[in-house]
Formats: sequence, C-alpha cells, structure tokens
Amino acid sequence: MIEWEALGSVLVAGLILGAGLPALFALGVKMITPVTADGVSYVSPVRRLLGYLCFAICILAVVLGVVFLAHGGHS
Amino acid sequence: MTLLVLVVMTALAFDFTNGFHDTGNAMATSIATRALKPKAAVTLSAVLNLVGAFLSLAVAATIAKGIVDANVITLEVVLAGLVGGIVWNLLTWLFGIPSSSSHALVGGMVGAVLVHVGTSGVIWSGVVSKVVLPALIAPTLAIVVAAVGTWVVARLTRNVPAEVQDRTFRWGQIGSASLVSLAHGTNDAQKSMGIILLALIAGGQASADSGVPFWVIIACASFMAAGTYIGGWRVIRTLGKGLVEIDSRQGLAAETSSAAVIFMSSFFGYSLSTTHVATGSVLGSGVGMPGAQVRWGVAKKMFLAWIVTLPAAGAVGAICYGLQHWISGTAGSVVVFALLIATSVWVFVHSRRAPVNSKNVNDEWDAPEVPSVSPAPVTAVPAGSVPAGSVPAGSVPAGSVSVPAFVPASELYEVRG
Repeated sequence: MIEWEALGSVLVAGLILGAGLPALFALGVKMITPVTADGVSYVSPVRRLLGYLCFAICILAVVLGVVFLAHGGHS
Repeated sequence: MTLLVLVVMTALAFDFTNGFHDTGNAMATSIATRALKPKAAVTLSAVLNLVGAFLSLAVAATIAKGIVDANVITLEVVLAGLVGGIVWNLLTWLFGIPSSSSHALVGGMVGAVLVHVGTSGVIWSGVVSKVVLPALIAPTLAIVVAAVGTWVVARLTRNVPAEVQDRTFRWGQIGSASLVSLAHGTNDAQKSMGIILLALIAGGQASADSGVPFWVIIACASFMAAGTYIGGWRVIRTLGKGLVEIDSRQGLAAETSSAAVIFMSSFFGYSLSTTHVATGSVLGSGVGMPGAQVRWGVAKKMFLAWIVTLPAAGAVGAICYGLQHWISGTAGSVVVFALLIATSVWVFVHSRRAPVNSKNVNDEWDAPEVPSVSPAPVTAVPAGSVPAGSVPAGSVPAGSVSVPAFVPASELYEVRG
C-alpha cells in the first residue's frame, strides 16, 4: 500500500534540499560574520567570497524552484 | 442552470476558504519571527498565489480522482461535497486548527457519494492510500527534514550574534516562504478551476475536451488571492506561535523543509498535503532546536482534527446530499446553499467573540501568569483607631503588584542554542 521507494526518494531528496539548503545558508551567514581576533573584528575576503557563494547557490535553488513550478511540476 | 450557477459560486467560495485557511502554511513563520509585518506577509502571499495560479495551467478536470467512482459524480454530489469541505474549513479555522483543505473536499465528496450510490461508489483503497496514509506520512517526513535542518543551522550559527542572525535569516525566510506560497497558487487554484470546468462540462456549457475558460482562471485566481489576503489569522497564530516559539533560523529551516518536501513529493509522484507538511516542518523546527519547547498538546489537538477531517466533512457532505435529494430539484440545491450561507454567518459571528487579526496575531500564546499577590497583612486593628480609608505607610494595597514580578529573568528572553 505504501510506495516505499517513492517515499524513500522523497525523504532523501527532502533532506538534501530541505536541510542542506538551510545549512548552506547558515554557512554563508557564518562566513560573512566578522570574527574577532586580538580585539579586531574583520571578515577576510576569502570568507566573504565563500559566504556570497553560499547565498548565490541558495538563490539559484529558489529560481530553479520557480522554474519547476512553471513547468507544471507541482500537481 | 440554477444548479450550475450554485456549483460555480460554491466552488469559488471553497477557493476563497482554501486561500485564507492556507495562508499560514507559507507565512505563519515569517509573521511570527517578524521577518515580515503581518499585513505585508499576507499581501505578498496573495500576490504570489495570484501569480502561481497563472504560472502553470495544467488543470485536470477531475475531482477526488481514484477516491470516488468518476461515473457517479453529479452536480448535486459536487455541490454537497463542496459544502462539506467549506464547512469543515470554516470550523477548523474558528478553532485555529491548520487542516488540509483538499482532504476536507475529498471528505465532503466521499460523504455525498455514499448517500448517492452507497459504498460501491467509493474506492476505499484509494481513500487509504491517497488520504489516510499521506496524512500520517507528510508530517513525519517534514518533522525529520525540518529537525535535521534546524539542528545543523543552530550548530553552524551558534557563535553568530543574535542580531546578525535575525537580519540575515529573515531574508532567507522570505525567499523560502514565497516559494511555498507560489506552489500553493499553482496547485490549489487549479483544483477549483478543475471543479468548475467539470461542472461546466456536466452542465453542457463547455465541450468535454475544452480548456479552462479564461474567466474561470481569473475568478479562481482572484478568489484565492482575496482569501489569502484576508488572512486566516487564527490558523497563522497557531502555526507561528502556538506550536513552537520560533526564531528566524527555525523559520528558515521550517519553510525550506516545507518547500523541499512539497516539491520533491510531487516530483516523485507522491502527493502530500501542504498543510500537513507545513505543520510538520514547524514541529520539526522545535524538535531540532536545542532548548526549544514544542507544545505537544496543541499538536495533539491538530492531529485529532486531521483524523476527523474525512468523516466530519463527509458527514456534512452526506447530510447536504440527503437534503438535496429529499427536497429534490433546484429547490433542494438552493436550500443547501442557503444553509451554507447561514453556517458561514454563524461561524463568523462566533469568531468575533475572540477576534484574531494582524494586530494581535503575535501576542504571547500563554496568557501571562497572574503574579500571586501576597494577601494584605491583616492585623487586628481596634475599630476606630485608624480613620477609614487611610492606608498605613509601608504596606502594599491589595491588588497592586510589585514590578519585578513582571520582568522575566534575562535567560528567558532569548533561548538560543
């Protein structure tokens, strides 16, 4: 009665996207948050770049989501 | 013709209740964490629902496919089923319970079909595999995904200052909530379009292979958007404040989990109710957050309502169909429609007793505890020694409360893992 295969796929894909994307976003936030060392707080260019990269992937995911909807994916 | 008009009007009314019942699925968390002002949130959601309704037009002229025998569906059955769905939507809204609009509609249809042709008209295996099991699976899946997401996010950001968290995560919340809103528009508005198209075909006003007339698209999209904009504040309050006290990180994790589970379930052909997924995600964000509390009592009430949805909406659908059949003809349908209006008014009047709106939607869930006041010292004062009305210096008059009792300890302000 239960389609275990479909269910398993939903769980795995749901975890990758549903938990992975928030994690990526959180990583981005962590990267652009100034770190304090020796009393000076700063963000290194590398961290800033990595942070923006994380956000870019998240935005891309949202855009892909809209494309998915527009193609009648959700019905 | 009268019947057809009534069915179309009732379908639009269902569309409206669907909109305002389901606003919370997308926007409750954003409202609770103040990522968006309440009015701004429902406006955004309404616009996205409207856009979503036009975005994808894969409308199928089927109702409760695989659950009731398609050959026994008449306009009377559709009307009774719709009324069953609307009444259940209104009642659950009155109690602030998020419950699936599509399950309510299916319930109403099943009830009407049972009275119409008996048990042979209902495909029971379909009821189990398409309604009962998904109602158990959807929240479970969503709880797992949201709990994992929340835990990872909390772990990664534990050293990030609270104000940075709020500033950034609120943006993320708006993005993920918008996706859920858009998905709702593409999916649920089309259900009503499908019902109206089916009614038009049955009433001979459209050919069997015709597409959806443009006025139907416009009407369905705008009724749903209007319902969304009115905002089911009672349901929003339960989802955003009642189940879990959420912060912006939990909000982002919950809404992304909702979007992911909804999208992936339709991608893999396993249709789940948006409401069940969204509620599960909010619960999961409480489970995954270290130190957060989940009000399982509220959740239990909701699960109960989900179990009751099918039989309850079914009972209303059955009564409506029976009434139509008993009075017979157009008069029967008019009576049922009049009863629907009467019920709606009754629910509305009741809702005014304890209104929930954009102003108080974010109020504390538990009424603030009344601080215990130590009874005023009763000393045996010889009658006549103190003039009546004078208060001895230094004593606190009964009823006044010392101020510190109202200020919560600082660690209660913000529990962040």
